[in-house]
Amino acid sequence: MAIEPAVEPVKASGAASRARAGRRFATSLAAFVLTTALTFLGLLAITFFIGRVIPIDPVLAVVGDRAPQDVYLRVRTEMGLDRPLVVQFVSYVGDVLTGNLGMSVSTQRPVLEDLSHVFPATLEMATLGIIIGVALGVPMGVWAASRQGSYIDQAIRVVGLLGYSVPAFWLGLLGLLVFYAKLRWVGGPGRLDIFYDGLVPARTGLILVDSLLAGDFDVFRNAVSHIVLPAAILGFFSLAYIARMTRSFMLDQLGQEYVTTARVKGVPERAVIWRHAFRPIRVPLITVIGLSYAGLLEGSVMIETVFSWPGIGNYLTSALLNADMNAVLGATLVIGAVFIAINKVSDVLYRVLDPRAR
Amino acid sequence: MATTTREWLLTESPASRMQARLGRSYRVLLALLRNPLAVLGALIVLALVVLALFAPFFATHSPYAAVLADRLKPPSAEFWLGTDELGRDIWSRIVYGARITLTIVLLVAAIAAPLGMVVGAVSGYLGGWTDRILMGITDIFLSMPKLILALAFVAALGPGIENAVIAIAITSWPAYARIARAETLTIRNSEFISAVRLQGASAARVIVRHILPLCTSSVIVRVTLDMAGIILTAAGLGFLGLGAQPPLPEWGAMISRGRAFILDQWWVATMPGFAIVIVSLGFCFLGDGLRDVLDPKGSSRQ
Repeated sequence: MAIEPAVEPVKASGAASRARAGRRFATSLAAFVLTTALTFLGLLAITFFIGRVIPIDPVLAVVGDRAPQDVYLRVRTEMGLDRPLVVQFVSYVGDVLTGNLGMSVSTQRPVLEDLSHVFPATLEMATLGIIIGVALGVPMGVWAASRQGSYIDQAIRVVGLLGYSVPAFWLGLLGLLVFYAKLRWVGGPGRLDIFYDGLVPARTGLILVDSLLAGDFDVFRNAVSHIVLPAAILGFFSLAYIARMTRSFMLDQLGQEYVTTARVKGVPERAVIWRHAFRPIRVPLITVIGLSYAGLLEGSVMIETVFSWPGIGNYLTSALLNADMNAVLGATLVIGAVFIAINKVSDVLYRVLDPRAR
Repeated sequence: MATTTREWLLTESPASRMQARLGRSYRVLLALLRNPLAVLGALIVLALVVLALFAPFFATHSPYAAVLADRLKPPSAEFWLGTDELGRDIWSRIVYGARITLTIVLLVAAIAAPLGMVVGAVSGYLGGWTDRILMGITDIFLSMPKLILALAFVAALGPGIENAVIAIAITSWPAYARIARAETLTIRNSEFISAVRLQGASAARVIVRHILPLCTSSVIVRVTLDMAGIILTAAGLGFLGLGAQPPLPEWGAMISRGRAFILDQWWVATMPGFAIVIVSLGFCFLGDGLRDVLDPKGSSRQ
């Protein structure tokens, strides 16, 4: 028995150790909940701070700069801006928690309502993007690791570095130029051609799903032709990161003794890679994929602007250009909250699935 | 016994502090030269610096003067990369744009890296509640989406290069704080630190004179690797009209203006993009090479 599995030697008195494990679980759960809550509070503090340091006086925006002093002061009190900052912050947190993100100046609707309209478009594109990224990135990383130092490895490495060096908006423009304008392989900007707009009832807001539910395959095909290019570009960026991380995880595993043992026993190389070395890296890969997915939600801001994709990123950038602060802060808050939530969920999944991290 | 410069640099027993330092730099240089990609990266970065410093020398036309007769000309012997909608030579604008890119990158590095290092070193050295609070703030910033946060800050501060620099710096210091803290924790209990403390050195002196210098190499590696991201964010802000304002030849803003002509005059939007890609790749290659040399622990985990 040369190789002992890495298990803690503590096995004495089952009940006591189980109680200790339970207590440890409870403390780590409490710590997790606390840090998550603090992170969300931090996000709120940042958006609150940004809302307060704008050089534009929010009162002047309402009353105009020729309003008399008493009107100015009355509006200032009505808006609650004369209260101490802490009180304002608490009422801001209360507003956000009850779903009140204020009105958008440019759309004349509550920001939350606007966001619920645009969010599915982003979700649809980012989800397709991450599917493409995982489907290509994981095999590429495994391939590169199994031929470490070869030309294939170098090529995949350069593709990975390109993912860190190519501006997303520029790649989007080139994609539109080549695949839409010149080759006519894909649909242009937007989610659908105007002809198909509004043909299927919005149930989920995801056009691919809605058109299938309605059984309208023409709309489905048109939607696919529009989404495939922006999603593929998003997928390229997640592929770059996922392939890079997969490669390094695989290299760690392939250097371990159990892999050598399997090889010496005569296990075919394919099985060594997929059945032995790949299994343990599935858990850390979940975290990587989660991070990458969160990153795509963020990366969609640029892509949506280029593709006139009516998602949250496009909403954010047009709000920025109109100086529509409620909309800017609301969109920032929602993207930030989803980003943090995905990070935390993949963190939890990692802890639950990896016996060493429990 | 005459010694060559090379032997003097590589000696195992340097006679002075300067000799030791020069010798270390020389070894780093030798190791870098063995890595072709790192050499390529260094050459690209060098080219960026040279172009930025001697822009008037490399530019063939004025980057600002509009010559409407020459508008939207394709690449030719006279206009190497074509002209834009105001008849300005794109090559010359890219050359001058190198100044803007280099300025942004250097300013962000000069603000974010020292800030992060001080926060991390103080946090790691003092420990206890200082550590918990500082790292809590760091972690909150780390778990935010950087681009979105930068956008929101620029929205509040107003468009412009200075505000773009501030916004990017605010979102990029936490990574350096984490690195500096990790380094500090590994050296905090070393004997030479105890020796300095027994001589009566204050915490500030220990951190500034003895801990921060040892954090620099890993932070430099990380900063070089982050440069590409900083360039992309700055270009993205420029593209959205929130970074450098016209008529400044900022590469992202140039792409944004070329967008209107992408179908017929593809070079207007395409050429500045190549500049961004080449420069970002250069920093990535150089950063990868530097990491292999300066931080061998981190290099196995790509």
